[in-house]
Amino acid sequence: MSELPAKLVCKSLWKIFGTGAETFLNTPPSPDENALRSAGLIGAVRDINLSVHDGEIFVIMGLSGSGKSTLVRCMSRLIEPTAGQILFDGHDLLSADTRTMVDIRRHKMGMVFQHFALLPHMTVLGNVAFPLEVQGMERGAREVRAREVIELVGLEGREDYYPRELSGGQQQRVGIARSLAVEPELWFLDEPFSALDPLIRREMQDEFLRIQSVLRKTIVFITHDFDEAIRLADRVAIMKDGIIDQIGTPEQLVMQPATDYVAEFTRDVSRAKVLSAGVIMTPISDDTSQHDFAGKVSAATKIIDIAEALKDAAKPFAVIDENNRKIGVLSREDVFDVLVKS
Amino acid sequence: MSGTPIQQTKTPLLPVWVAVLGFSFIFTAFAKPYVPWAFKFPRAWQWLLKDDISRFMDWLVDEASFGVFTFTEFTRGIAWVVNLPYEVTRSLLSTGLLQGQGSDAIQLLPPISWIAIIAIIMALGAYARDWKLAVLAGACFIYLSVFGQWQSAMITLSSIVIAVPFGVGGGLMLGLFGYRWRWFEKIITPVLDLMQSVPIFAYLVPILFLFGFGPVSAIIATIIYAMPPMVRITFLALRSLPSDVIDLGNMIGCTRRQMTWKVLIPSAMPSLMVGVNQVIMLSLNMVIIASMIGAGGLGFDVLSSLRRLDIGAGIESGFAIVVLAIALDRLSQAFAKKSPATHEDEQSSLLKRYPYSITSLTLVIVTGLLGLVWGAFQIYPESWTLTTGSFWKETVTYININYYDQLEGVKTFLLLQVLIPFKRALLSLPWPVVIAILGLAGWSLGGKKLAALCIILSGFIVLVGLWEKAMITVYLCGISVIIASLIGMPIGIMAAERPKLWPFVQAVIDTLQTLPSFVYLMPVVMLFRVGDFAAMIAVVAYAIAPAIRYTAHGIRQVNPDLVEAGIVSGCTKGQVLRKIKLKLAAPEIFLGLNQTIMLALSMLVITALVGTRDLGQEVYIALAKADTGRGIVAGLSVAFIAIIADRLITAGVKRSKARLGLT
Ligand SMILES: Nc1ncnc2c1ncn2[C@@H]1O[C@H](COP(=O)(O)OP(=O)(O)O)[C@@H](O)[C@H]1O
Ligand SMILES: [Mg+2]
Repeated sequence: MSELPAKLVCKSLWKIFGTGAETFLNTPPSPDENALRSAGLIGAVRDINLSVHDGEIFVIMGLSGSGKSTLVRCMSRLIEPTAGQILFDGHDLLSADTRTMVDIRRHKMGMVFQHFALLPHMTVLGNVAFPLEVQGMERGAREVRAREVIELVGLEGREDYYPRELSGGQQQRVGIARSLAVEPELWFLDEPFSALDPLIRREMQDEFLRIQSVLRKTIVFITHDFDEAIRLADRVAIMKDGIIDQIGTPEQLVMQPATDYVAEFTRDVSRAKVLSAGVIMTPISDDTSQHDFAGKVSAATKIIDIAEALKDAAKPFAVIDENNRKIGVLSREDVFDVLVKS
Repeated sequence: MSGTPIQQTKTPLLPVWVAVLGFSFIFTAFAKPYVPWAFKFPRAWQWLLKDDISRFMDWLVDEASFGVFTFTEFTRGIAWVVNLPYEVTRSLLSTGLLQGQGSDAIQLLPPISWIAIIAIIMALGAYARDWKLAVLAGACFIYLSVFGQWQSAMITLSSIVIAVPFGVGGGLMLGLFGYRWRWFEKIITPVLDLMQSVPIFAYLVPILFLFGFGPVSAIIATIIYAMPPMVRITFLALRSLPSDVIDLGNMIGCTRRQMTWKVLIPSAMPSLMVGVNQVIMLSLNMVIIASMIGAGGLGFDVLSSLRRLDIGAGIESGFAIVVLAIALDRLSQAFAKKSPATHEDEQSSLLKRYPYSITSLTLVIVTGLLGLVWGAFQIYPESWTLTTGSFWKETVTYININYYDQLEGVKTFLLLQVLIPFKRALLSLPWPVVIAILGLAGWSLGGKKLAALCIILSGFIVLVGLWEKAMITVYLCGISVIIASLIGMPIGIMAAERPKLWPFVQAVIDTLQTLPSFVYLMPVVMLFRVGDFAAMIAVVAYAIAPAIRYTAHGIRQVNPDLVEAGIVSGCTKGQVLRKIKLKLAAPEIFLGLNQTIMLALSMLVITALVGTRDLGQEVYIALAKADTGRGIVAGLSVAFIAIIADRLITAGVKRSKARLGLT
């Protein structure tokens, strides 16, 4: 797989809540959960290693209390990690002084919160422009910029409304617009849609993907909803009790779950929605092979989107890569095997 | 879990209680001839703390210096800071801008017309909520002018208008410090506890000594008295903000100042406004009482008619205080609950955006100009005023002529059968016995620390030689609390059981609680003149509200599943009430009892004006003599009684809650 440059890297990252956490961490080789608990400490984030690539949507998925919020707050140092290293664009974030940190947060990071965290006394415009106001940008300029992002999230016409006059979905659009006002390079979203109704959630996910297709940010997205994770993610990290069980593309998680815990999540997932042609095809080494094809599909196409065509076709499909080269063959049997095996 | 202390204290205590109580009984009955000092603390052993304090205060005023300036200059500086805005406000509201002194003064600018002030008050009501509130507030102020209370009310209002911003601002600052630095909160919390249990008069004594007699001292005392709840509410409001909001502030790179003023305080505004309401109501209460050190205004009118025993005038002024209290309370509550602006407010013209401010300003100018031509526009003409003074006087005379025997009968009966025996019994207890029992109670309810606290605080009262007066305070407070509970708890139960009754009861107790304590003295003196009985009635009336409120609340919040379980298992209505609701509501009811005690103590001190002979009287005398040491020591003693009662009950409630699994 082609390695994109890493935007953010966490190395052996720890966050332990409670007094005496540091000394505790330094004494035994690697404290396990029971040892921590009996010392009255909470290991919210334990020995995390991961890297977020430039321009990808990296989803951290885990149940409530698994340490997702703590991890994402360590990444921006809203919470000071107990041990480990964080590299942001190759620079050690934990050794940055307060001024640098404020600067990085002001200009390079943005965050969306689960419960929106809108300021009740400000209008939509005021809320969205607030990060710029804090930076000391003058009123005219910041409002121009704020109106741009408000339009981007589809709230034009509501600039003068107050948060309490908006629905939950609209409020979170304001939260998204606000986090984008500063044009961050790294965008954190901590369960941004969890507080919304399922239907609205769906709509917001589409909206989010649309915005991302325009902006191409590097994104760390937190969720407790596995469906949401595989819908949005380029890669997913499955987190449990402060530890990451597996990092991989949705397909990798479904096809090769690393632990029983991960398998548990993926069992009920509709494979056809997750798997793409490129994953289940039979590869062919040279595209000169003489096959009779019913048609061509791109390797990234999800099975569900070609199911209809496959059903009616007597012959297999050719699978092509971005350069229009044939790289494999997809037959009805291939698809059938995968879907039935689950 | 809090399970451990309960187990620790369970086993050994019963025999200890039996032994101590038995010994106490024998000691009390027979020991007097052998150990007289246990019954009357010898003068020679007394700790003359009050003299030390007085000497210290003298030193402060005469010699203390901060290097660059002396302490006296410091107090003068504070007085100046308060006096300047006060003078301006009083000129605007009441006297007009004057040049020169006394009766030679020339009025440069008249005060704001009464019509304009009423209009402003109504505009505030309409702005904060709706026209109904505007009418209510307007009616209150019209009452003030029609019944000739305008001038005094405006003087009182000026003091409040000055005291409140200082109280709110100061409270907010201290609260912010406490929020930022835990150590500061740790230091200031016990100080706040003490400040809120020291009786109201006790504040006046040192202030009088340091700042002299006059409205400025009164305002300073008011600020100090009204600030503590604002500090507490600020802590609480900021601490309970969702962590997302703070993360937001950090994430977008707020500086500390931006974080405080642009994120934290605006987000906490609704809770902070509750604090503002409290500061306003406490300020009103204090400004009335501070008439004793020269606040003037309505409080002074009540006080002087009390002294003259001029019932009619006293009731009229008392009513004016009630009316002012209701107007201020409803207005500030409406502001606290006011929902923020909507988008429609944003895009309209200046007049549409600020309709109330512009109308009010116009009225001030127009009525000001008209007032120059026709005086009635400026000051409500005296010939238009009504008075109910004679009506009240006649009513009281009528009651006293026709019901004298009944009233006197009740009074004598209660005095002879209940009050005096109870007082005798308490006074006959030797102090070591009382201290031992308090210590033991502390130990069984809360452990060693609480026991030590009870012993030290009650020991202090013995040492400074105030034991007997303290016992009189305990007796009056105890009797009043018992009576208030006997009346209040059944009302609370009834109100909780009949949902239709509740809003009415709630309206009554809400109003009772907004009235300044001073007001309660008037009707009592009318009917029962002076003495312990009159004091007791005033205390009961003042302290009954929490007994009702907490009982009703406790019963209403009992888990409905448990009630249904009771009904299903065949309990009658009475059994459900007795066996389920009251049992589970008990902790809440005890908290109500605690509040009742606190209110009773604070009122009791004020009843010194109707001639009690307890610690309150001691403070009152100290105030009359400007004897700081004596006032502070007596004030501390009252506070210590309050703290002992509070800590014992709180510990008991905690234990019973743990036992019921309600924690
Ligand atoms: N400030 C804190 N102090 C102590 N424990 C905390 C704190 N914040 C979070 N925790 C604990 O850390 C664990 C992970 O919490 P969190 O990161 O909020 O989980 P998630 O966001 O996945 O629901 C939880 O057990 C939580 O109780
Ligand atoms: Mg979380």
